[in-house]
Amino acid sequence: MATPVPVGANLVIEATDFPQLLAAVDRLGYQMVGPTLRDGHLIYGDLTGVADLPAGWTDEQEAGAFRLKRRDDQALFGYGVGQQSWKQFLFPPHHLLWRAARRGDDFQMIPPAEAVPRYAFIGVRSCDLHAMAVQDRVFLQGRHVDPVYQVRREQAFILAVNCGGQGCGTCFCVSMGTGPRATFGFDLALTEVLPEGKHYFLVEVGTDRGAGVLQAVPQRAAGAAEIAAAASVVAATAANLGRQLDTQGVKELLYRSYEHPRWDEVAARCLNCGNCTWVCPTCFCHTIEDVTDLTGMVAERWRRQDVCFTVDYSYLHGGSIRPSPRSRYRQWLTHKLATWFDQFGCSGCVGCGRCITWCPVGIDITEEIRAIRETEASLKETEHGDL
Amino acid sequence: MPPKGKPKLSVWKFASCDGCQLSLLDCEDELLAVTGELELAYFVEASRAMAKGPYDLTLVDGSITTTHDAELIHKVRRASKYLVAIGTCACSGGIQALRNFKDVHDFITAVYAHPEYISTLAQSTPLSAHVKVDYQLNGCPINKHQLLELISAYLAGRTPQITPHSVCLQCKLKGNICVQVLGTPCLGPVTHGGCGAVCPTYHRGCYGCYGPKETANTSSLAAWFSRRLGLSEDSLVRAFRTFYANAPEFRRESEAHEK
Ligand code: SF4
Ligand code: SF4
Ligand code: SF4
Repeated sequence: MATPVPVGANLVIEATDFPQLLAAVDRLGYQMVGPTLRDGHLIYGDLTGVADLPAGWTDEQEAGAFRLKRRDDQALFGYGVGQQSWKQFLFPPHHLLWRAARRGDDFQMIPPAEAVPRYAFIGVRSCDLHAMAVQDRVFLQGRHVDPVYQVRREQAFILAVNCGGQGCGTCFCVSMGTGPRATFGFDLALTEVLPEGKHYFLVEVGTDRGAGVLQAVPQRAAGAAEIAAAASVVAATAANLGRQLDTQGVKELLYRSYEHPRWDEVAARCLNCGNCTWVCPTCFCHTIEDVTDLTGMVAERWRRQDVCFTVDYSYLHGGSIRPSPRSRYRQWLTHKLATWFDQFGCSGCVGCGRCITWCPVGIDITEEIRAIRETEASLKETEHGDL
Repeated sequence: MPPKGKPKLSVWKFASCDGCQLSLLDCEDELLAVTGELELAYFVEASRAMAKGPYDLTLVDGSITTTHDAELIHKVRRASKYLVAIGTCACSGGIQALRNFKDVHDFITAVYAHPEYISTLAQSTPLSAHVKVDYQLNGCPINKHQLLELISAYLAGRTPQITPHSVCLQCKLKGNICVQVLGTPCLGPVTHGGCGAVCPTYHRGCYGCYGPKETANTSSLAAWFSRRLGLSEDSLVRAFRTFYANAPEFRRESEAHEK
């Protein structure tokens, strides 16, 4: 067997040999999940091998609109991020915490006998690596460590993919400093390169575990031209993103803007359906639900993902502190781009664009910030001088 | 709180298709447990026993459409400690509330050979327009899991885990890809969840059969349907005027698009 390649090395794997890479991951006993088509829709689901990837597909994304389209090549990763994210695996949206059974006057705890999946995430984009790092701060780095998240996260093998310039109609990772090139948090990172007639992957080794997987896969050291070709794929992506967000002083801007009239304008459009937070890869809110069965012999405690768009979400004794849709949208946006910094020391938004694409009425976080920023000055000059 | 001993259950039907109370019989696997915990005191679909009140738990399906209904519902209320309206008819007037938008006598004369035998009210109204309702379980028909949750919660004296979220929550929990974003108009974002997102799961837009959710912003959704998804004003009227035509939010929206 070849000596392991060092971390940081750049290698080339031909597309024809790529199936062996996934086979090598599979042999290590991971449950491989990644982009695949179900009923013609792009999801993250179980993969058995390369044949399950959406080869030859790309997508078009706009605010409130998503469409899959055929490509004229067989690129394996030629689309952007879809509605789903890796959050659904690391932070299961509906999770049984425990069950208890009545025994006479006493009760007995029955911990859920679950086999925790050991995931291999195939095709993780840079924005989503950043999103995982954000959720790490929430679930792992505070005073309380979340065991459900922790075990899934620590075991996961990560095969990242640098974005190839498709399906980025609503992305703004460059503005957020989160992409499109994966720079940390992966075992292996790929750039898919399809120049005239060729099809190969430039592979960057992120960990020894990643290097170990490569031992079973035909590969060679990358030449300067191949490294440059891969870099130009990423550079082209960065130059073609559909959205930008000016982050300069955005936290202070939002803190100054609690009474900005834009909140009324967006509240008139917002459905307070919560889709933006369901699809957000960093939103972490959840609630606890206790249920009993008909006989009162068994009780269960469930954790369910929750969103700040319901009246109930902010219900304290006697009432909700955010009864208006205006206050709820403002909470969402302000948490993402302002209070998150104070709470976790980073942005709560990674610029993946999911909340823009998957809002059923196309509300666009970048447009809302722009509107607030652009009108702030004029508001100051008019009768709203003390806003 | 339920009483000591077996609480007495009564089930009543007003103007409805009966589907909601049949949801209880549809609980096949759990039905024995239900009858183990509750005495079926009055449930003509299920049992010949017709015990008199008072009843501890009363489920009522159907809307109020006749003077007889309007009197009977008060008697049911007086005999019931905890009264639950089940289904769209009891909660908002049902499909038969389409009459509320027209003159009911036009229908009667068009439909019946002997209109003089028909005695009905001009409007179909929910129970809450007549009596105090302790809980509303929405849906057309109601979801049996929600019904069982409601009964289990009642028996345990706890709050039922029936959330106020839009249908979108259930889509997301199921892993559905949003049909509206793929181009099919969907009432899910303004509709009370509870069905398990049945229609979007089969790639159809939600028809709104669980009624408006809290703070439903129907006008924004209608504007998107029309501007981005090409629905005509007529289609907008029909979209909001089906199962929950009489619910104030949907009613206002359908009327706003009527010429
Ligand atoms: S911004 Fe869009 S997705 Fe988010 S709650 Fe409002 S309508 Fe729903
Ligand atoms: S934006 Fe809302 S749902 Fe998301 S983390 Fe913040 S409070 Fe929670
Ligand atoms: S398909 Fe309909 S119900 Fe489901 S998430 Fe989309 S808008 Fe909401």
